[in-house]
Amino acid sequence: MNALLALPVVLPLLGAGVSVLVGRSRRAQRAVSITVLTAIAAVAVALLIQVDDRGVVVTSAGGWPAPMGITLVADRFSAVMLLTAAVMLLAVLLYAIGQPGAERNHVGFQSVYLVLAAGVNAAFLTGDLFNLFVGIEMMLTASYVLITLGGRLDQVRSGMTYVVISLMASALFLAALAFTYAAAGTVNMADLAGVVAGLPDGTRAALAGLFLVVFGIKAGLFPLFFWLPDSYPTAPSPVTAIFAGLLTKVGVYAIIRTQTLIFPGALPRWLVLTVAALTMVTGVLGAIAQDDVKRILSFHIISHIGYMIMGLGLATVAGLAGAVFYTVHHIVVKTGLFLTGGLIEHHGGSSRLSRLGNMVRTAPLLAVLFLVPALSLAGIPPLSGFVAKLSLIDAAVADRQWPMVASSVAVSFLTLFALMKIWFGVFWNGPDEPDAIEPPATAAAPGPALMLAPTIVLALGAVLIGLGGGPLYDYSVRAAEQLHDPTAYVAAVLGEGP
Amino acid sequence: MSLAIVGLIGVLFAAGTYLLLQRTITRIIIGLGLIGNGTNLLLMATGGRPGATPVAGGGSEVTDPVPQALVLTAIVIGFAITSFLLALAWRNWTLDGNDEVEDDISDRRIARAERDTEADGAGASDERGDGA
Repeated sequence: MNALLALPVVLPLLGAGVSVLVGRSRRAQRAVSITVLTAIAAVAVALLIQVDDRGVVVTSAGGWPAPMGITLVADRFSAVMLLTAAVMLLAVLLYAIGQPGAERNHVGFQSVYLVLAAGVNAAFLTGDLFNLFVGIEMMLTASYVLITLGGRLDQVRSGMTYVVISLMASALFLAALAFTYAAAGTVNMADLAGVVAGLPDGTRAALAGLFLVVFGIKAGLFPLFFWLPDSYPTAPSPVTAIFAGLLTKVGVYAIIRTQTLIFPGALPRWLVLTVAALTMVTGVLGAIAQDDVKRILSFHIISHIGYMIMGLGLATVAGLAGAVFYTVHHIVVKTGLFLTGGLIEHHGGSSRLSRLGNMVRTAPLLAVLFLVPALSLAGIPPLSGFVAKLSLIDAAVADRQWPMVASSVAVSFLTLFALMKIWFGVFWNGPDEPDAIEPPATAAAPGPALMLAPTIVLALGAVLIGLGGGPLYDYSVRAAEQLHDPTAYVAAVLGEGP
Repeated sequence: MSLAIVGLIGVLFAAGTYLLLQRTITRIIIGLGLIGNGTNLLLMATGGRPGATPVAGGGSEVTDPVPQALVLTAIVIGFAITSFLLALAWRNWTLDGNDEVEDDISDRRIARAERDTEADGAGASDERGDGA
């Protein structure tokens, strides 16, 4: 029994309840949220150290042993995801508190945000397929509320698409669960790992494919990404930032977890690699065609999901290590970029490239804050994206997957092109339209300090992950070893007595 | 698992998919409801033959209780989200007065670009329209 594992799920749910009770005071609500998320970050650090030191940590709710009871498991991959998610949730919360506007003053924002945190953490920590479903549903339900909180027409419309697609994916997830249960008679992931290995190849491939489709919708894989760039940009900036940083990554986490633990080798490698390459290429081409900062960044999410899936598709320790490293780097950098995008909108009054311009003169700080994560995303040394891409491409070269090497390098160049399009359009060149609003040339900061501080921290994070990438990469390799050979995971879950 | 239940699941999924492809939001929601019910039935069907008791000791044949517990959770989640969707549809109706899914932004831009090139070809040099 290890209480640390339950805290990241229980604390935010309790916090959400308290937040409703103190709904009259916005100040008290903020204090509750910040306390809870800081506590979770501390728990995540403790968990990370413990997991890295002693191996997989398992706890069974109510003392029922696996596979009967509900198990919570943390291995190196889930621990690092938990920590990254906790830091992002805290940074974006501070940004949301700092941003003026109607949404953050909504009475429900803080409690819904905490429910989202609980759902994300539950998805990372669960050792049970059905609870993965519950965790993802919790997170999605909170995200439905957050995306439509403003109640504006465009939000309602894009929110509608988002809810319908997600609900469809959930129904498919449940159907996949039903098939898995019918075939294997258990939903505990560690137990499934053993049982599924004994099933006929066709059944395994069908189940693995179904789960890839289900989580592919959530993660935005080719050709299931079409809902993402339409729904994300309409939400308020902090909400878009946390969606971009975390929600799709929960899908990636679920893909990597199910494919490595339950269905290793069930799907042909060429299939996963082709999906990865197509996701990369279509995402970046979509980004180039857009004219809005938030829409370009949303298409980029898709493109970079392809890199993570490529790491999974290589199915080597080096490939998986690259995928883990890339996921962590991408969460930090993408959240940072969206926060800067929100600041651009706040300062310039629009997020459309044709209406913005010359902001390098009025807001030089923003120009730097955008440039650092943008170059990192494109993979320019010495930033974090360089280490992440190098590790993935190195793994692909070692595996002689030349088409993957070529497409990932080409997509990096296109990424640089699309991001420089934003940077030149917003900061360097003048606006295209004569009636564009010229931002006020003030000497003051281009936004409230609470909005700037988290953005600066995340940009510094991109530099730090790049310069000090060694320890994180070593950790990723250790996490990948655990993913590649899940016997320790299975033994830890099933071996724990009552 | 009886053939009638398998057939019913198939019909629910087929009808749900058909409704999901409509343009009216209410039909889409009903379609999702049908698919959700089909999935719940599928989950139930994995638990064994209907009619047997779900608790050990009730007879020789025992129905697996786990799928029933799973279905209960799934029904609650489905119910909550369907009500949320209905609220969204109502909000859309009060704001806009219609019940239709609108075109994709990129689709509209492409359609406008095509119209513009046709107009250019006909000789009527029109100003480039403002993007959506």
